Amino acid sequence: MATRVPGPLTLQETPAPERQVVASVQGLTRRFGERTVLDRLDLEVARGEFIALLGRSGSGKSTLLRALAGLDGEAEGGLSVTGSVAVAFQEPRLVPWKRVHANITLGLAVPNPKENADAALAEVGLSERAGAWPLTLSGGEAQRASLARALVREPDLLLLDEPFSALDALTRITIHQLVLQLWSAHRPSVLLVTHDVDEALLLADRVLVLDAGRIAHESVISAERPRHRDHPDLTSLRTTLLSALGVSPEGTS
Amino acid sequence: MAVLELETPVQAETRPAPRAQRRRLGGKAWQRWISPLALVVAWQVASSTGLLPTRLLAAPSTIAATAVELIQTGTLPTAIAVSLQRVLIGFAAGALSGVGLALISGLSRKGENAVDPIMQMLRALPFFGLIPLFILWFGIGETPKVLLVALAVSFPLYLNTFAGIRGVDGKLAEVARTLGLGRAQLIRHIVLPGALPQTLVGLRQSLGVAWLALIVAEQVNANAGLGYMINDAREFLRTDVIVVGLLVYSALGLLTDALVRLLERRALTWRREFLAR
Repeated sequence: MATRVPGPLTLQETPAPERQVVASVQGLTRRFGERTVLDRLDLEVARGEFIALLGRSGSGKSTLLRALAGLDGEAEGGLSVTGSVAVAFQEPRLVPWKRVHANITLGLAVPNPKENADAALAEVGLSERAGAWPLTLSGGEAQRASLARALVREPDLLLLDEPFSALDALTRITIHQLVLQLWSAHRPSVLLVTHDVDEALLLADRVLVLDAGRIAHESVISAERPRHRDHPDLTSLRTTLLSALGVSPEGTS
Repeated sequence: MAVLELETPVQAETRPAPRAQRRRLGGKAWQRWISPLALVVAWQVASSTGLLPTRLLAAPSTIAATAVELIQTGTLPTAIAVSLQRVLIGFAAGALSGVGLALISGLSRKGENAVDPIMQMLRALPFFGLIPLFILWFGIGETPKVLLVALAVSFPLYLNTFAGIRGVDGKLAEVARTLGLGRAQLIRHIVLPGALPQTLVGLRQSLGVAWLALIVAEQVNANAGLGYMINDAREFLRTDVIVVGLLVYSALGLLTDALVRLLERRALTWRREFLAR
């Protein structure tokens, strides 16, 4: 695997020299008619790293994720993913006519799909809802099921498209913890698309800010997890990220 | 009149439980029986006093007696068997072609271009107007009757199944792709189950028109069946037999409708539980 060559916009060099690259994007461009949503974007995702991709709406973050998920056939440029990819979407997108366990095993090509599904559901704390219809789940339960469906595939790259944005604040905190737990247990590379700066600060190794179709800012967070919101490193980084997003930080104007 | 009122109890029994309960508790279902019963009583009084001549409409009591007699002599069961057979064969043929064509045009653009324009053109034809042609082509035997039913059945099923397939949530198709499902699996796990609710709507519509088509076909030329029984009764001014025939038609229609609703409840549990919450 190629070692990482820092791009022109990289602000901080990441420390690990021998990195295995799971996904690599070179000069990716995506246009919708006249509008250029991704503009010659470069990105490398190392094995096991947790990346948060921040950006205002319309900055192209979901477009990048869709390209990585193989859902966009019209993006131009280089894109290669080593290994398997799984996606959890903003809306859980469970298949409503399949019970929860059947949603988990859908398309799962392993010898014992049922056992794997049970294990995955246990891991996200949803064992007792295995036989339920998706439409009877709460928002948090549905999102857990969606995570279980992604994780049961043991992906090398897990793509999370704002999966927590529709959850209430309390549920979101528990799901954050769950995601970290699952990530440390399975160690997939994670690309989390979000517009929530705090979420990015709490979860990610590396935070990227997407603007006008390019990566406009990159920060590496080395603080130990679990992180506290008021950690001094995070506080200063929050200000930096917010201004990179074009938002003036709280308290100043 | 009495025919229309029959619908109320059937619906109350086969609808999802909570709704029926709500109606029973809130609406006091028996109150809905007052006006139809009053109507039947008024009808009986009018007939008994000679206000309503039997050659126009027989008395309810006469109709009931005739019904018992027709059942005992075997006339009615035989007629029902003949008509039911026509509907079943016609329905099976129509459903098969309607759903089959919907699959062809729903699942591929090429199929749509080939099938849909023809179906849309044929749909515009008044199919009862085809009867003279059918008689010329197929004579006056069973074939034109069964074909008319088949034709009537195929369109609602085609249109609804096609719309159902095309209406499947594109987001779920994306999920299927990210889960590594191939085209055949996509159709099996996402497209067909997703189209099922709409197909069942088509099924109910098509069963409704199936009976209608049968009634029309049997009026034209028949030597057996319910339509024949009714036409024969007209010759002898037997309004009681005519009304019995009509009641049987509507009862059979309600019965098949109830069957589809049962099927819906079985096949769409994932929706019903949601609705019942």
